[in-house]
Amino acid sequence: MNKERIGKEQLHAYVDGQLSAAESAQISAHLVDHADDRASVEIWRNQKTLLHAAYDRQLDAPIPHAIAAQLNSRPNKHFRQATIAAAWLAMGIGIGFVADRQFSPTPTDPTLALASLPQRAAVAHAVFTPEVHHPVEVGADQEAHLTAWLSKRLGHTLRAPKLAAEGFHLVGGRLIAADNGPGALLMYEDGGGQRLTLYVCTDNQDSGATAFRFAHQDGVSTFYWIDGRQAYALSGKLPRESLLPIANAVYRQLNGEG
Amino acid sequence: MRTEHAILAEIPRLRRYARALTGNDADADDLLQDTLERALGKWTLWRPGNLRAWLLTMMHHVFLNQLRTRPPIVTLDEDTPSIPVRPQQQDELDVRDLDRALARLPPDQREVLLLVGLEELSYADTARILGIPQGTVMSRLSRARERLRAILAGEDRPVHLKVVK
Repeated sequence: MNKERIGKEQLHAYVDGQLSAAESAQISAHLVDHADDRASVEIWRNQKTLLHAAYDRQLDAPIPHAIAAQLNSRPNKHFRQATIAAAWLAMGIGIGFVADRQFSPTPTDPTLALASLPQRAAVAHAVFTPEVHHPVEVGADQEAHLTAWLSKRLGHTLRAPKLAAEGFHLVGGRLIAADNGPGALLMYEDGGGQRLTLYVCTDNQDSGATAFRFAHQDGVSTFYWIDGRQAYALSGKLPRESLLPIANAVYRQLNGEG
Repeated sequence: MRTEHAILAEIPRLRRYARALTGNDADADDLLQDTLERALGKWTLWRPGNLRAWLLTMMHHVFLNQLRTRPPIVTLDEDTPSIPVRPQQQDELDVRDLDRALARLPPDQREVLLLVGLEELSYADTARILGIPQGTVMSRLSRARERLRAILAGEDRPVHLKVVK
């Protein structure tokens, strides 16, 4: 036996559970008749207990809003929580893809940023669609250039969905400032001058996929969703039931099914 | 699990560590926010594996940067007047005492002590997170525990530290 050769390092390792069961048993046996070492072990264990007693409360503390929002990279102070929450209750459509989490707009909810998406999209819609002379920066007659340019700025390939079957044609698009970088706004119009906008922005992290969500604000309906690093929102002054099939078409085409 | 959920799930532990490391809530949240910012910025470099260790590594680097760039706001030494604190709650007093005791450990010892003693990480993980050999982890741990023992026992400049009961 090498009972007498047990060093301080082994005692620390013993306290920290770094030893195999056999080594541990050996130390336990050693401690029986080595009061000094036993006292050290006791002190170190007490220190660990003290640390946990003092700081474990952090584990149950609510995560500060600023930190949760930071994680989403898109804090939005003007986010109209109540409006969105009400809109939430009014929806619940899973359109053939992942619908796996519930949203509640609490400060710690990781989907907080997602909830600010429809508002940003609705604002962009409201700002740009009334434009008569310059509704877009690059027109549909230069669609290849438009999508190449926006793809480059967004950092992922953006295709402009074709919505002819839904009665809308592409007007063009523009670069916009999203919350944490460049975003794109594509605009569509139907024969009666009704305009739709597709708001696209890229996050710096993959957020998986979400179900379609719906929000209605100041007369603007928005279906929005996240797919990987891209967030999309389709907005129009249409009733929800009219906008839904169009959102479906957009979604299918962006996922290469259209 | 989604990235944001995965990181979110680690936040309470990161916060606990940051709180113990910095000694107060404001600095802890600063450290955590800077860490998350760095982590999100380097997210593309992360490969599936030990997310917690990866985030703690980030926090270590941010902590070192903060030590370099901002001097400690309050330095406790023999000349610092001792202000009696009588919080209502017993556990609050314990935290303050422990905060002060930990503040008197050199930061590199404090990190090891907390990663092992509070976060319950293995010596190997601790060594990886801090970028030091495992032998160094063990020597720092040994010194940290001895120093903490002396402080709490009132042997190490006990002027301002009142050990409760």
